[in-house]
Amino acid sequence: MIMTPRLSTRFSPLRRLWLCAALVLLASCQQKEAPAPTPAPAAAPAPAARQTLTIFAAASLRDAFGSLRDEFIKTHTDVDIAFNFAGSQDLRTQIEHAAPADVFASADKKNMNELQQASKVGAPAVFARNEPVVVVAQESAASVASFADLPKLKRIVIGGPDVPIGRYTGQILDNASKSLAADFRQRVEANVVSRELDVRQVLNKVVLGEANAGVVYRTDANSAKHKVGIVTIPPELNVIAEYPIAIVSGSTHAEAAAEWVKFVLSLAGQALLQQAGFIAPAGPPPT
Amino acid sequence: MTSTGEQRLARRQQLQRALLGAVGGLLLLFLALPVLGLVAGTSWADFRAGLAHPLVWPALRLSLLTTLVSLVVTVALGTPLSWTLAHTRGRWARAAETLVQLPIVIPPAVAGIAMLLAFGRRGLLAGWLYPEGWSVTFTTSAVVLAQIFVSAPFFVQAAVSAFRRIEPNLLIVARTFGASPWRVFLRVGLPLAAPGLAAGAILSWARALGEFGATLMFAGNLEGRTQTLPLAIYTALEADLRAAQALSIVLMAVAVALLLGVRAALGTAPSRAVSSSRAVSVPAGGP
Repeated sequence: MIMTPRLSTRFSPLRRLWLCAALVLLASCQQKEAPAPTPAPAAAPAPAARQTLTIFAAASLRDAFGSLRDEFIKTHTDVDIAFNFAGSQDLRTQIEHAAPADVFASADKKNMNELQQASKVGAPAVFARNEPVVVVAQESAASVASFADLPKLKRIVIGGPDVPIGRYTGQILDNASKSLAADFRQRVEANVVSRELDVRQVLNKVVLGEANAGVVYRTDANSAKHKVGIVTIPPELNVIAEYPIAIVSGSTHAEAAAEWVKFVLSLAGQALLQQAGFIAPAGPPPT
Repeated sequence: MTSTGEQRLARRQQLQRALLGAVGGLLLLFLALPVLGLVAGTSWADFRAGLAHPLVWPALRLSLLTTLVSLVVTVALGTPLSWTLAHTRGRWARAAETLVQLPIVIPPAVAGIAMLLAFGRRGLLAGWLYPEGWSVTFTTSAVVLAQIFVSAPFFVQAAVSAFRRIEPNLLIVARTFGASPWRVFLRVGLPLAAPGLAAGAILSWARALGEFGATLMFAGNLEGRTQTLPLAIYTALEADLRAAQALSIVLMAVAVALLLGVRAALGTAPSRAVSSSRAVSVPAGGP
């Protein structure tokens, strides 16, 4: 009872603050002094320091790069791989603002070329191609026999005009207007209910049945092939997407980054990419 | 002695205030710097170009229209809900209160998926809501619904605590003088809670204005119909970072102008409502 008032006079609010600060400092000092857990002395010579390779990759590479990583780390045991999957444009912005990336894999040449011109990445190499296809919601699948039936569908979603898949879609619709019907693009755009900001959003809207149809990459369509119908776009109308890869300038793991790029371009890497639905970088488009 | 003692006390109080201000200033700085960065990173020419961007005006008009409607709905339905929650005891009332707060923690994109699963074409209510095959998704109404879902919790939270702060005796007195529950709510509860309700409404409106993820998921992104200003900003970001920055500044400027306007308009009103004895005396004089 007597202690309480004395305590409160001795420790004014300010002094209590100082006391708290001192205690925090003390605690943090002690933590530093605490002996760090020493690693068990290794009999064998210490392995090379582990390093983490940071790979910025277009969202459509998620599944394929995941299986590439599983293979890669089998032969590169000292390398950990951290992925950052997002739209190519977002990744480009992050790299422009000096994000700590080692490798950049883009879903289009535009973003890669602009980074190269700004000397933010080294020379790129095309490592895969991807073919746009039409995905159709299950309940509409019966009414679409071919690409020419697309304008019949009431609710179509496509990528935004500056998203790579949206740009390709525009070019494909233009090609169709030239060779199928002059008003093809116009009739399709009249039924467009949304211009999505990345290709996965287009796919989601069709998978959920909100939209009747959308244009996505073959790799995206394959990842949902039990939930949507897939309609191939005739090769003479289609625009094939090219995926370039490059080492980011100033990468602190340039050697491992070069190893990764080499692996992606190797036969083993290409086989895994093609399993996911990608097309080899050179050679004729599929028929 | 007393004068030096008083001086010491005054100095100590001054020091304490300065310390509190300095600590608080850290947060102010942290919050202000990104805003400053946005403004500093955008030249006047960029800003002018941003204002002239073709996406700006349709998006701004749509944003103002939809947030106004969602605010009216939120306040009209949220006020009675908050009043009821504030004056109901028991487990179920607390459970309902928690439930109302849940949308705050759900990431907006997930909120959009949740809304699709509830109100979408294949959602829980699909058979009952859309016998004709019509669906609210991809319409301007869907934008409003998404905004209400993410913003109403902020209003309800503020309103419940505003209603709880009312001196219970005032309500009891009003009831004793024969005012009906409806009259107590309208003539005592509402005027006394007005400042809290206004603050909640402003917070909720600001949240709705910045809403992005749920809108994109649930309503899509189509110019003039569902593309609000945040979606337009993200769409512009795909093409041109600086245009997106300029659009963001437009959004902030609109928000600041509206917030200042609302604060100025409400500046005198709440204090009147609180200090006025009329609020309490009217029910007594009523029938």
